[in-house]
Amino acid sequence: MNITKLKDKILSRAFFRGVIAISIFLIIWEVGARFESWYGYRVPWIGLIPAPTAVFESWGGLIGDPSYWMSWQMSFMRVLGGFFAAMILGIPFGLFMAVNRTFHDTAFPTFEILRPIPPLAWVPASIIFWPTAELSIAFVTFLGAFYTIVINVLGGAKSINKQYLQAAQSMGASQWDIFRRVVLPATLPSIVVGSAVGMGITWEVVVAAEMISGGGGSGGAGGGLGFFIWNSYVGGSYEQIVVGMISIGIAGYFSSEMLRNLGGFLTPWLKTR
Amino acid sequence: MSATMNADTNSQKSVIKGAIRIEDVVKVYDPDGAAVMAVDHCSIDIPGGEICMIVGPSGCGKTTLLNAIAGFHGITSGEIYLDNELLCGPGKMQAEPGSDRIVVFQNGALFPWKSNLENVVFGPMMEGKLSKEVIYDKAIKMMADAGLGGTEHSFPGEVSSGLRRRVEIVRALMLEPKVLLFDEPYRALDSLTKSVMHEALLDIYYKNKVTIFFITHDLEEAIFLGHRLIIMSSRPCKPKKIVEVDIPHPRDYSVLTSPRFRELMEEAKGVVNEEAKKAFEAGEKEG
Ligand SMILES: Nc1ncnc2c1ncn2[C@@H]1O[C@H](COP(=O)(O)OP(=O)(O)OP(=O)(O)O)[C@@H](O)[C@H]1O
Ligand SMILES: [Mg+2]
Repeated sequence: MNITKLKDKILSRAFFRGVIAISIFLIIWEVGARFESWYGYRVPWIGLIPAPTAVFESWGGLIGDPSYWMSWQMSFMRVLGGFFAAMILGIPFGLFMAVNRTFHDTAFPTFEILRPIPPLAWVPASIIFWPTAELSIAFVTFLGAFYTIVINVLGGAKSINKQYLQAAQSMGASQWDIFRRVVLPATLPSIVVGSAVGMGITWEVVVAAEMISGGGGSGGAGGGLGFFIWNSYVGGSYEQIVVGMISIGIAGYFSSEMLRNLGGFLTPWLKTR
Repeated sequence: MSATMNADTNSQKSVIKGAIRIEDVVKVYDPDGAAVMAVDHCSIDIPGGEICMIVGPSGCGKTTLLNAIAGFHGITSGEIYLDNELLCGPGKMQAEPGSDRIVVFQNGALFPWKSNLENVVFGPMMEGKLSKEVIYDKAIKMMADAGLGGTEHSFPGEVSSGLRRRVEIVRALMLEPKVLLFDEPYRALDSLTKSVMHEALLDIYYKNKVTIFFITHDLEEAIFLGHRLIIMSSRPCKPKKIVEVDIPHPRDYSVLTSPRFRELMEEAKGVVNEEAKKAFEAGEKEG
């Protein structure tokens, strides 16, 4: 009871500060952007950006526009597709490298040579060897998360306290039990961290890939949020550029929040300290 | 009084299983390279049900010997027997790790992702000999006996380090091992918690007579708990002196102030200091 009260108090205070900071930020932005039309002097930097009120107005016009929501959906599908593919392939790959010496020695050098290549450098090659633009974007997105997840899983699984393994062994656990009941849970925290970082990278990559590849070939609309921004730029709608940017911020935030909750649910013992 | 006590424990010893015989064991790390000799022709005979305390300078090879008994690594030559059955020796230099010899580790090795209760049932569940209900009932009862009631559903990270150690000992006892191998289990505890743990351990021991192979640096702990104290030489380790602790069990903390306890302390201290000095000088030469 007391704790929740205390929490509320701290929360409200932090919340209050957050609201003030954002308000001040918006006011400066608004005034800076409108300064030229009011006083005839263009403020450097801010003067070139559309004012927040204009942005919100333009956003209001888009809320009812299905093609705007199409962009959200397409980007989300690509992010989730690439991300889950990276999890499904990356986690077993990393774990297997950690537990099997031969496999590690075989796979790790190639992996390490490919890893420093930024995912975006793969875009042209990817467009050449995947039949559709959609697949090439998905592939590049996948790469963004894959390396991070593998490296985290490998590192986490390799740094397991040896005594956990010895304890399990002397209590009669089989190799499979040790893997399932010791290696896997001991690596979970690293998997969670790797996924969170991987998710961030996925959003960065998908937006850039959408801009470069022209948005999946389905004409002007429906090419994802990255293409939405690019299209707004080409079409000269500066308000919509900012709308697109903020949309990506919100989408990224929701993705991370989802992962944080999932991670907390999977690793309850870490919350207790 | 004490004579009958001793006779009593002796007759018990012959029935209790878990006798460990270490014969002429040598362990050399990295025989082709640096060739660090950690254990040198070491022979120790521990009757079943004895609390055998091992003390010796840091780095002398105590953990090495314990790991060889547990089966975590092999030996270079010699033999180790458990109840006259070969654990490791010629033809099979590494013992099979097994639930008849459970280690309680220097830094603790409870699984942090499992609740205390799930940790305690881990061994029997892996063995799969008993039904789940029987195992959980037994675990809850043993935890209650060890003063762990109420901590069953906490994670190890949520309870004090003293309680964690107790959970770990209960986890080890669940498998009804013949031998408990302790590697400085109380090193990180404050002295008050430590004394509580000592009495708790003896309490548990009186209820479940097992052989205890107990490594420590704390002489007072060694004499308070042990039937015997084996003082190891500096590396490579082999028994340098054996002190029989002829204070009858069951013991409690009043023992610490008895004159016999002080005498034994003095006797052991002399030897330990001499070996520690040797180890230090050897270290200086090598370093
Ligand atoms: N895997 C290894 N490879 C090479 N040398 C090792 C290895 N493990 C231990 N040693 C060396 O063997 C010697 C004995 O080590 P051990 O851990 O058995 O000592 P200890 O008596 O348990 O020491 P402490 O009291 O500090 O725990 C040490 O000099 C150590 O450096
Ligand atoms: Mg040691």
